[in-house]
Amino acid sequence: MNKIANKQVICEVLMEKAKNDKDVVVLCSDSRGSSSLTPYADAFPEQFVEVGIAEQSLVSIAAGLARCGKKPYAASPACFLSTRSMEQAKVDCAYSHTNVKLIGVSGGVSYGALGMTHHSATDIADMASIPGMRVYLPSDRFQTRKLMEALYADTDPAYVRVGRNAVEDIYSEDNCPFEMDRATVLGEGSDVAIIACGEMVKPAVEAMEKLKAEGVSAGVLDMYCVKPLDAAAVIKAAENAKAVVVVEEHTRLCGLGAMVAQVLGENCPRRMKSLGLPDAPAIAGKSQEVFDYYGLNADGIAAAAHELLK
Amino acid sequence: MNLKANSYRLRQDVLDIIYRAKTGHIGGDFSVTDILNVLYNQVMDITPENFGRNDRDHFILSKGHAVEALYAVLCQKGFFPREDLLTVSQYGSKYIGHPYNKVNGIEMNSGSLGHGLSVAVGMAIAGRMDKSSHRVYAVMGDGELAEGSVWEGAMAGGHYKLDNLCAVIDRNHLQISGTTEYVMNQKVQEERWAAFGWNVISVNGNDVDALQQAFADAAAFKGKPTVIVAHTTKGCGVSFMENQAGWHHRVPTAEEYEKGMAELKAKEAAANE
Ligand SMILES: Cc1ncc(C[n+]2csc(CCOP(=O)(O)OP(=O)(O)O)c2C)c(N)n1
Ligand SMILES: [Mg+2]
Repeated sequence: MNKIANKQVICEVLMEKAKNDKDVVVLCSDSRGSSSLTPYADAFPEQFVEVGIAEQSLVSIAAGLARCGKKPYAASPACFLSTRSMEQAKVDCAYSHTNVKLIGVSGGVSYGALGMTHHSATDIADMASIPGMRVYLPSDRFQTRKLMEALYADTDPAYVRVGRNAVEDIYSEDNCPFEMDRATVLGEGSDVAIIACGEMVKPAVEAMEKLKAEGVSAGVLDMYCVKPLDAAAVIKAAENAKAVVVVEEHTRLCGLGAMVAQVLGENCPRRMKSLGLPDAPAIAGKSQEVFDYYGLNADGIAAAAHELLK
Repeated sequence: MNLKANSYRLRQDVLDIIYRAKTGHIGGDFSVTDILNVLYNQVMDITPENFGRNDRDHFILSKGHAVEALYAVLCQKGFFPREDLLTVSQYGSKYIGHPYNKVNGIEMNSGSLGHGLSVAVGMAIAGRMDKSSHRVYAVMGDGELAEGSVWEGAMAGGHYKLDNLCAVIDRNHLQISGTTEYVMNQKVQEERWAAFGWNVISVNGNDVDALQQAFADAAAFKGKPTVIVAHTTKGCGVSFMENQAGWHHRVPTAEEYEKGMAELKAKEAAANE
């Protein structure tokens, strides 16, 4: 099992960039530990800004830095970054169009037993609803690296969400196909297309294998680019299949499932099922316990597919 | 009740909760224990019997991560049975790692820092509207004071001269990444609050007698809200945890648990003599 969390990879990439680019700046809000950015803060004190427990100020200061030519990365737990500083993200990053990269760590239900204040079950909805804000949920460490490289190379604001713990690899060092803002096709199926993002890609792949063994032809799209959603990939996968299952570590409302449904409804209606968290505080427990409770696992995804194909 | 001995009794419960749950914020629990002990057992009129009423006193733990200390106090006051503490932070439990008002005795949910003071302002205004004599208490961390929303609440409290409102700052000089002075300077708290129109009382926040006097003085003061700057020691009670940023949310090993428990028991016994 891989031991490196996606947020650690973000730290690695930022340290590599900071070495040769003095304009790279990381900002934290008493969050360097939870963001795995302590090595960065120690190595690049001149390119690091600590703002204290002040997520609104964190994002506005980042926007000010960006306006003056810096390349700021503002890192804080996804729960606070996406809601407490939502207006700063809307006005100072997206509306003023500043090159701020928002790094939401320990996203979804990573902080399982800490309650709704610490869950970011609405961050896709919050951030994706802002005109001009992009939203990315990479699945594994290899994809996280490719994504961070691509984001470093552009100048638009973006929100990235990663989880707290290391997740199993989907890709490998020499096999990680990546094209910016294009979903990665992990399999094609003529019965069901499974569309997933972030930590849900792994169970989606497991469900695909399980379904294949049961005689169902299933495919998986890794939709790390939640916004801009790769609509063409959604349409292509859906046209090939009879049904679509979407799975995300997010409330079922206004997230990836809703965005996919919109594309399907407008272009190629298919029976679909959207799996996610309820419109209520999530049950307390470790991530996996929470996932299992809500059927956000291979069995739950496969069951949803069977139900649709009945 | 021997409040001094009781603080050490409560800390033993906190240590048990965290050791069992393998999660929790022990440093901030221990620094705030004396404050909660004095408030719930001496100062505030909040009981399982009157909890459903509006005209009792009201309390918000704005630094919600110290919920284990609150659980210990509420359990001792009879808000829920001791067995419930066995479920803290376990799968499916309502006793999660922050205050959650599905739990008897808790009225406002917290965990995201910087909300409590403004909520308390609302409760104090409601009390004034209802001509009720109840008082409202909010406890904040010192790292928490970096949130701008704290100062919006401070401004409103001063503006409305809410003398039924009492804020308490757990001034332990530490937060997650180090000292408050390193992360975001919080020095001169007293002057800041005075400038926002508050009556300021500075006190040793780990001294139950001094705290009792401070709360009495706060209740007697008219025309302004009071802030008690409670100078505390993070991790107070277990010597190897004291003043160590690392103990913000570390879970003790078996050996550390035994050592800490022995020290707390000895201190409780000494306080009882
Ligand atoms: C809005 C918000 N941002 C960040 C956090 C994460 N967090 C939890 S405790 C803590 C440090 C709190 O320090 P302080 O207020 O001094 O509390 P104490 O020292 O009493 O534990 C932080 C940053 C949070 N709970 N809420
Ligand atoms: Mg503190």
